[in-house]
Amino acid sequence: MKINTTNLNLYYHKFQALKNVNMDVKRNLVTGIIGPSGCGKSTLLRVFNRMNELIEGVRTTGSVLIDNEDIHSPMYDVILLRKRVGMVFQRPNAFPLSIFDNIAYGPRVWNISDRKTLTEIVERSLAAVDLLDVLKDRLHDSALSLSAEKQQRLCIARLLAVEPEILLMDEPCSALDPIATGKIEELMLELKKRYTIVIVTHNMQQAARIADEVGFMLLGELVEFDTAKTVFTNPKDKRTADYISGRFG
Amino acid sequence: MKDKIAEKLLLFIALSAILSLLLITFFIFQQGIPLIFKAGLGNFFALKWAPTRGGFGILSMIVGSLMVTIGALAVGIPFGLAGAIFLAEFSSKTIQKTLKPIIELLAGIPSVVYGFIGIVILVPFIRETFGGPGFSVLAASVILGIMILPTIVSISYDALLAVPNTYREGSYALGATKWQTIVMVLLHAARSGIVAGIILGMGRAIGETMAVIMIAGNALKIPGSILDSVRTLTSTIALELGYAAGDHRAALFACGSILFLIIIVLNIIAIRITSRK
Repeated sequence: MKINTTNLNLYYHKFQALKNVNMDVKRNLVTGIIGPSGCGKSTLLRVFNRMNELIEGVRTTGSVLIDNEDIHSPMYDVILLRKRVGMVFQRPNAFPLSIFDNIAYGPRVWNISDRKTLTEIVERSLAAVDLLDVLKDRLHDSALSLSAEKQQRLCIARLLAVEPEILLMDEPCSALDPIATGKIEELMLELKKRYTIVIVTHNMQQAARIADEVGFMLLGELVEFDTAKTVFTNPKDKRTADYISGRFG
Repeated sequence: MKDKIAEKLLLFIALSAILSLLLITFFIFQQGIPLIFKAGLGNFFALKWAPTRGGFGILSMIVGSLMVTIGALAVGIPFGLAGAIFLAEFSSKTIQKTLKPIIELLAGIPSVVYGFIGIVILVPFIRETFGGPGFSVLAASVILGIMILPTIVSISYDALLAVPNTYREGSYALGATKWQTIVMVLLHAARSGIVAGIILGMGRAIGETMAVIMIAGNALKIPGSILDSVRTLTSTIALELGYAAGDHRAALFACGSILFLIIIVLNIIAIRITSRK
């Protein structure tokens, strides 16, 4: 068990965005979270690296354990949490820096400044997302000159450079075309050998293709959580069945 | 029908603004440029300024203008940038809404008031603390640095606000602190706006006249230290135009032409930088 939530509630001011969420994310699996937009799936994802705290008026109750440690405990270092739990966003958010500096960003934040070490990290991270061969001669070009798919890969490489344990992916393919999406999905299947992946997607086919376990969320509630096979072929809750058969959402 | 008249009227007003700018430009150059050629470039970019006796060297004034401008930037950039970063990244909406108009109000204070404050407070302070006449490069730099703050702060602030939030999130998600995020990502992303703000502030500093005349001392020599007095191009024009005639008057217009060119170049650079994406 990598992540465990118990009776997790989250409020934006008075609005309750997450209701009593109980779920377990297992190590080295891809856990998919599906549901219609506004159901709280991104919010849930952002609990795991405490990104919600950047928004004013957010309050959480209940417990979230990562490796059996309560991430909301006052002793827990949020900076260290974000190193362990990396995040890929909906739109590629490569910084307006060079490709090299983008990937070296995380290590530099963590006080690695030796050029040789940085170069090794950059090359290793790019290789992990299959970009090294394409980009090795243009590491000092602006990252913004790359295509959307390559930028998204670069963002994943940027995460890998800080050696996280968990990768949170918030609809990572929503800005990509189907071919690029396929390539990123292949990459995720490759990455799950070494990382625990939680992916939010509104694309059920995508969840069916890559997720081992799937949670269905509706109006802030985790309606159903089971293996992908069960959720997609034999859902227990009627709302899940209705969503999957396309009756709403 | 009424629309047509209004349209024509507005067009006429707009054109007359452009026309007067063109006329001013033409007039300054027409009055000043012939003298530069008459005196010769070697004589013009030289030290000897005795315009009633054939000495048209404006080098010490150019150096003076550059020194107080660089001094103003040395004061204005760190404070202006720090102010913009504080407003954009560290303060609540209420503080932003209160502080930003107040900072912009600094731009509305007449420059003679800045000069007056300089004479009453800053000049004696410099004289007593560091020695020298007090009327100095340092005094002019500090006052000009404060005068260009509103330009630098508000343009840099807007540039920082325009940085997409996804950059901040991406940086925090890698474990960066707020300060690391600002220095390593946000300042890079906002660079073009910040540079444009600095260049516009620079234009303001180099063109400022009244405050500089009052506190820079106006001695006609290249200053040896920042505690020496200095005279700028603008000061020379303002101080001498009242009694100048003939070639002397033309020489002042030549100073004006040089200033005009410097400011046009600065503005073109600023526009280039801001429109580049």
